[in-house]
Amino acid sequence: MRYWLAPAAGFSAVVLALAALEWAAGAGWVSPFVMPPPSAIAVSGWQMAAEEPLASAFFSTLGVVLAAMVAAAVAGIPAGWAMYRFPTLGKAYENWVAALFSAPLILLYPLFLVVFGRGPLTIAMIGFLSGVIPVVLKTYEGFSAVRMVLVNVGLSFNLSERELLAKVLLPAAIPTVFTGLRLAFIYITINVVGLEYMVNFGGLGNLVGRMYDRYDIPAMYAAVAFVLLISVLGFWAAERLERRVGRGA
Amino acid sequence: MSRATRLRVATLLLAWAVWEALARSGLVFQGVVPSSLTVLASVVSQLESVGFYAHLWRTAEEIGFGFTIGTAAGVSLGTIMGLSVFFGRLAHPYIHILAPTPKIIFLPVLMILFGVDIGSKIAMGAISAFFPVVVATYDGVRQVPPVLLRVARSFGASRWQTVVKVYFPAMLPSIVTGMRLGLGVAIIGTLLAEIKLSNRGLGFLAIQQYEGFHIPDLYAVLLIIFALAVAANVAIGRVAARLQRRHVMNGPRAVPLNRPESVSREVST
Repeated sequence: MRYWLAPAAGFSAVVLALAALEWAAGAGWVSPFVMPPPSAIAVSGWQMAAEEPLASAFFSTLGVVLAAMVAAAVAGIPAGWAMYRFPTLGKAYENWVAALFSAPLILLYPLFLVVFGRGPLTIAMIGFLSGVIPVVLKTYEGFSAVRMVLVNVGLSFNLSERELLAKVLLPAAIPTVFTGLRLAFIYITINVVGLEYMVNFGGLGNLVGRMYDRYDIPAMYAAVAFVLLISVLGFWAAERLERRVGRGA
Repeated sequence: MSRATRLRVATLLLAWAVWEALARSGLVFQGVVPSSLTVLASVVSQLESVGFYAHLWRTAEEIGFGFTIGTAAGVSLGTIMGLSVFFGRLAHPYIHILAPTPKIIFLPVLMILFGVDIGSKIAMGAISAFFPVVVATYDGVRQVPPVLLRVARSFGASRWQTVVKVYFPAMLPSIVTGMRLGLGVAIIGTLLAEIKLSNRGLGFLAIQQYEGFHIPDLYAVLLIIFALAVAANVAIGRVAARLQRRHVMNGPRAVPLNRPESVSREVST
């Protein structure tokens, strides 16, 4: 079987589905208030791009995501290292951090609204909380998996603890740490966009909510498609970057 | 008591002491950081109220139906993708790119398609659960040991018999792992949908406390939600562990149960 046949068939199926929707909407089989024709969604998307501050919505979300990312990296990497450096800390907290990984932290947002108010700080804090956990776990995992032979070579060269960290431990752990950062990026983006939609504040998530509140259905579908496109592109770029870092390490 | 356990106990005590000190210090508004005893009293009063169980039942219904639909769809599609190389290559890129996207963004679409009542919440739970299950099932089918398939072929098993007697038992631990992750995100998705727009359910109850500024009750409802989510996770985790043990004892090679990297990225709200 030719390798390109399946992806081509998949793409054709998507095009066919869009054409079928267009035809069904044109024939009056589907209410335009429920599922507008794809052409109307495309036109709405184009108008929205001209009339709505799409770029500012995108950069608003990106700013909060990056702020939460930086905070997650600054807090998470040293915390993961401390759990490796002091094994009692690792033993005591590893299970707790792992349990928090699957905890529904975003549901705490009403509490954060009470404490931090309805603003970017609440969204960034929830983003930070969801992002810092994979960074801590993966950093700890990365340091713990460094081969003892590398550490022993460093010690035989009389490296100080700081030199051992900079020249042996960190370079060996970087691919795993970067996996943690990529996971953090995914979790932060999901939580930030989701929360923007939930509290009607901020960038891309808020855009979708605004279109629904206006009952501008084609524009709402276009906004959802735009958010999906942006997140897919962002995650794809992060995956590529991770592979490059993994190869370079 | 080991040093790690002592440290854990000390951390819990310290956190509780800091909380109480903050609540009683007057540094923050007492309504925002209520005393732990007030929160505990709120938990008891919530659990004693009849209305709470009506909300709990509605949420359980929504999560139950949504999770069942999402799991059934995920297992079916994942199995087909795994069994057919062509269909796997066709569908996998779309599943792969859509899986980590924020699912809550689909809520307005679901409200238009299924209404603002229970239908959209069930659909939200189903969409949330679908992605981890389909990914885990697809992985599970592809990791069935080839020797089992050769044995089935040598016994002249039909395609259907191979699926039922070889594939399904071998990929069951993977499916249960996917279901565990799926249940977690179905709970989050359903509760967020309730918080956004509903008039019943635990999510609605939480946001109602927030809007009335009944902060101890808000803490109480969130604590109960967290406890229930943890209990559901532990229950399904036990089933997964039991299946894994049975698989290790019966199977020629264990299918790895925990592959956090391949599956956990699909966890999304």
